[in-house]
Amino acid sequence: MSRRLPKGGRLIDRSRPLGFSFNGQEMRGYCGDTLASALLGRGQVLIGRSFKYHRPRGVVASGPEEPNALVGLGRDGSFEPNVRATMTELFEGLEARSQNHWPSLEYDVGAISSVLSMFLPSGFYYKTFLWPRAFWKHVYEPAIRLSAGLGKPPRRRDSDHYEHFNITTDVLVIGGGISGIVAASVAAETGVDVLLIEQASTWGGRALIDGVRIDGLNAEEWTESTLKSLQSMPNVRVRTRTTAVGIHDHGYVLLHERLTDHAPDHSVPRHRLWKVRARQIVAATGAIERPLSFSGNDRPGCMLASAVRDYVVNYGVAPGERTVILTNNDDAYRTGLTLREAGLGVPAILDARQEATGPLAKAARDAGLTVRPGCGIAGIVGRGRVERVQVCSQDGDGEVIDEIQADCVAMSGGWSPAAHLWCHAGGKLLWNDEEAHFAPDPARPPTGADGVAMMQAAGSANGAMHASAVLESAHSAGVSVGRALGMGRSGKPDRVPEGEDEAHEPMEPVWLVPARAPYSKRAKSWLDFQNDVKVSDIELAAREGYESVEHAKRYTTLGMATDQGKLSNINGLAILSRELGAPIEEVGTTTFRPPYVPVTMGAIAGEARGELFQPVRKTPIHAWHDASGAHWEPVGHWRRPYAYPMQGESVHEAVKREVLATRSGVGLLDASTLGKIVVKGPDAGRCLDMLYTNMMSTLKPGKCRYGLMCSENGFLVDDGVVARLDDDTWLCHTTSGGADRIHASMEEWLQTEWWDWKAYVANVTEQFVQIGVAGPKARNLLNELGPSMDLGREALPFMAWTDGALGNIPVRVFRISFSGELSFEIAAPAGKGRALWDRLLEVGKPFGITPYGTEALHVMRAEKGFIMIGDETDGTVIPQDLGLHWAISKAKEDFLGKRAQEREHMADPLRWRLVGLETLDGSVLPDGAYAADEGVNANGQCRTQGRVTSTYYSPTLDRGIAMGLVERGPDRMGEVLEFPVIDGDPVRARIVSPVFHDPDGEKQNA
Amino acid sequence: MPESVTPLEGAIYSGFVTIMDAGLAGMVLLRADLGDSDVVLALKGAGFDVPGAGELVGDLGNGALWMSPDELMILCAHDEAEATVATLTEALGGMHVLVANVSDARAVFRLTGDGSAVREVLAKLSPADLRRDSLPPGGVRRTRLGQVPAAFWFASDDEAVLICFRSVAGYILDLLSKVATPGSEVGHF
Amino acid sequence: MRDMLILTCPYCGIRCDETELAPGGEAHLKRFGPGSSDEEFEAYLFMRANPKGVHFERWRHAYGCGKWFHAARNTVTLEVYGTYSAQVHEPPQEIRDAISTRVPGWRWKGES
Repeated sequence: MSRRLPKGGRLIDRSRPLGFSFNGQEMRGYCGDTLASALLGRGQVLIGRSFKYHRPRGVVASGPEEPNALVGLGRDGSFEPNVRATMTELFEGLEARSQNHWPSLEYDVGAISSVLSMFLPSGFYYKTFLWPRAFWKHVYEPAIRLSAGLGKPPRRRDSDHYEHFNITTDVLVIGGGISGIVAASVAAETGVDVLLIEQASTWGGRALIDGVRIDGLNAEEWTESTLKSLQSMPNVRVRTRTTAVGIHDHGYVLLHERLTDHAPDHSVPRHRLWKVRARQIVAATGAIERPLSFSGNDRPGCMLASAVRDYVVNYGVAPGERTVILTNNDDAYRTGLTLREAGLGVPAILDARQEATGPLAKAARDAGLTVRPGCGIAGIVGRGRVERVQVCSQDGDGEVIDEIQADCVAMSGGWSPAAHLWCHAGGKLLWNDEEAHFAPDPARPPTGADGVAMMQAAGSANGAMHASAVLESAHSAGVSVGRALGMGRSGKPDRVPEGEDEAHEPMEPVWLVPARAPYSKRAKSWLDFQNDVKVSDIELAAREGYESVEHAKRYTTLGMATDQGKLSNINGLAILSRELGAPIEEVGTTTFRPPYVPVTMGAIAGEARGELFQPVRKTPIHAWHDASGAHWEPVGHWRRPYAYPMQGESVHEAVKREVLATRSGVGLLDASTLGKIVVKGPDAGRCLDMLYTNMMSTLKPGKCRYGLMCSENGFLVDDGVVARLDDDTWLCHTTSGGADRIHASMEEWLQTEWWDWKAYVANVTEQFVQIGVAGPKARNLLNELGPSMDLGREALPFMAWTDGALGNIPVRVFRISFSGELSFEIAAPAGKGRALWDRLLEVGKPFGITPYGTEALHVMRAEKGFIMIGDETDGTVIPQDLGLHWAISKAKEDFLGKRAQEREHMADPLRWRLVGLETLDGSVLPDGAYAADEGVNANGQCRTQGRVTSTYYSPTLDRGIAMGLVERGPDRMGEVLEFPVIDGDPVRARIVSPVFHDPDGEKQNA
Repeated sequence: MPESVTPLEGAIYSGFVTIMDAGLAGMVLLRADLGDSDVVLALKGAGFDVPGAGELVGDLGNGALWMSPDELMILCAHDEAEATVATLTEALGGMHVLVANVSDARAVFRLTGDGSAVREVLAKLSPADLRRDSLPPGGVRRTRLGQVPAAFWFASDDEAVLICFRSVAGYILDLLSKVATPGSEVGHF
Repeated sequence: MRDMLILTCPYCGIRCDETELAPGGEAHLKRFGPGSSDEEFEAYLFMRANPKGVHFERWRHAYGCGKWFHAARNTVTLEVYGTYSAQVHEPPQEIRDAISTRVPGWRWKGES
């Protein structure tokens, strides 16, 4: 059983106890603890259940590679699943819950599947649930969904907030161990900007635990003094609790900084996602110890050897009273020595190598420890945790030699450089036989925009496994990045810090313990604890033909989820390579993908949530709409009033009222969102003749013309009224959603195709408020406003514009109509927009002025048979389909879309064309409904001959009206079509003219 | 005549950076070939200095921003904008140019704070390189702020002027206020 | 992740973050309008190169000076050989030279 030692623990402060709870049970730890160390300190060995078999699991590691100790943290708006206990700093009041079990951690119904695990082999999803097909949806999937999944999603909105931070730096050094500190120091001496980050809350990394000495100082003293001088440099920034989670193109690195996880405070950001642009990157990310594959290696109490000594040294926690060490290298002996020094039992060091003669082995023997070379573990005895270790010969088949009482196994299969970040950015790896690991290949580094290396690996991340080599590698990385940035050496003496640690004997690759373990043992030798992948699963995958490492990964789920190959990778590859009879370097490694460790969704979203999720564009009259109870409609990023329901009025009733009031009196519309683009220059007319299907160059100054814009593919993309302001200036109105797109498109053609044409474009959309005043009383109303303007039908006829002032506000008035009524659109400077609106309302009172929203606008335009971009068009409709031939110039040799419209299919008489649709019973057709035709198509579906594009209740006609595209529609006036609906009988509608109201246009010409 | 109003209507937020409505500002858009010496001479003759690429001359109320190789934003008093349009139009008469009063199309913010606080607030929202060496006072950066375009410059080390489109003034104010919340200082620059 | 390029806008000299740019697809296409054959028009409208290696693209400095420019880059290594004016029909000599230096044997189409 694990416990807190009476003394020791370099990171904890025993004078500051902290209360926390695990599964509702109150516990205490110390300031400086991680949740994992605090749990182990309280004797809590069992921490969770595994993903697939729900096997009992305990802490394996002490860092981000932890596969098992994932907990649900917090509650309500602060709940987060799958938090690694090893990376969670303890704080007062922390609440943690174990995962993947029901009803309790100790007694789990799902654990039955471990007894039945032989029925759940790799790929069981694919194999087992294939048949019968109908069972998938109603039987298999719901059952699987219930039991699968890691942790539980939060139910409440996250009560924390998050932010982003963008910086550019010359050098980013990732990792605050001794290599990172050395590399950062060397680079900083050249004068470049350096940012040094560390994922933990403290500096120095493993060297401080492993007794390394640098330049005659112990690693702790050296770290403190070196870091202090680094921090005093003006060009250096350092930051803890910050993890590099991904390296992307051109030196783009994402850092995940955890500001308040160790001390919750909702008033400040919880996490900060740094988006760093680094010219040079140093990966000093260290190495990760590998587990060993033996039967029962997933029992709580089996831990990485380095983690065992981390808990003793850093937290004063004994993971066990009696620890058996199993190793294939010298490093694990340090764990034996550390445990002995702490007064804990080490009944045996089982060394899979035939000989153990190095200085560390000697030191262990000198300390009175039993070293048993050539030995392995045949199995673990114990229910729910380690109770006895069965010893066997490593080169045998697992015959038990003897059994040792133990409650902890410290295993070490060697170390693999944490090369994940190197690979994210496209760096390649090289197999190192001596250390049996993949390390960054210096000849194939990640390259940047200039095509040369943008990244160096330093220290153990570069495969250096001993202090002196680590320091040399780190120094060289620092020199390389300085050189890559074109910096000379600094004046300071250029010296590699001297490192001292114990000499090492070579490690020996051991991929299976014992070497000839039978199937029964291989089926209990875990490779990937988190995803429940065993040696036998990889073997099965290889036998079933999943020979590519990427296929084997997906078939077995090895190294998926948060593991991303941290613990499981090499051991799994080795088993696959053995099964395939190919060396590991040929089998290769799977792709390491970002993120290196999980990143909260909140951090990814940053500020963009709630009200700030998307920008909301507001017109100068927005506040009035809001105060007047507008029912909003999003149009692009704009918010426009859909209607203004009055008290006790439904939205539908409001629309009806607004239409009728406009048709009989006068209505007011905020049309400010309409795009307004000025095109000016000697070639402006020529340019517009290309952009529009109409002839715009012949428009007279003072006049307006409705125009259509098509894509090069011939399809209608935008429409609007163009006004000619003077000899060489035009003002183009676009749709509300189209302004930015059309402006960009004009710039694109002028800059990239017609660059010798003299025409300038300016998007002045937001300079002006634009207010539509429509209805038979519109002119009377405006005449009340300002005597300075003559708005009479002679002075300002339909489709003309004029400048002037209304109510002392400078305005431009356009006589254009989208409602079919006598209508004026008034443009004024945005800063006076609200004043104009208020003035119109005031003066309009006696006229019964009625503000109307976008729905009334839509109804009125549909009553007039006017098309709407996005309703009548969908990216496949040409103007000819809509009966707009009159707006397509035949005189022009060229315009955008002309060539496309000449294609055979565009002139097909069977194309669906615009008509009006009138239901026989006066009802409103469902939007998007299709008109049925006789027979079936190639797929056996009912053939169709048209569809509804716009459909409304018309208050003016008191009946349903619709527009639609119908096969040969205009040639079939009077025919009745059937529109099947989801419930009930088909709706019958007659093909009619799309102009339902005032077909002669007398009202708008008034 | 009714007074013009800014979209921010005098808003102010005091966080670790103070964000405030800079008030009415005159802005005149000029599209012209800035590489054409005739254009530059005519502008100088009319009293307008032409800033170099990525720079500004003068300040809000009286100055010019470089927007692109063929675009300047002339800064003047709000009520002088129409007169400035007329002056420019006359000075550049006969040349191929586009002059437009866009004073009401944008919102202007003033950001003040100690030390590098202003740079920090901007760096939370923009991918621009905000190191002092990369954007010293006198330089203008057109970039992205959150999800919308914006331009800013440093009037001094502890003060920046920021311009965005009028319709998103509220979005930008909310964004800036959010990231200037006391306690969220980064301490990087 | 292959989505975070830095390209220097040749008009304002800013090293643009990809999020400040708008992509515009393949560069140096020739427009075919009325009078062209169906094949020419189809190629102009729809046929695009998707090379593994050297590629020419159109980009717009959308959140900046608004100018379109061309970029010559490598779709595999992501090396950027250079950015240049959008107002040319083919890559200028210095861009071609820069590519040839880095990719021995590379030739602009039709160039012997």
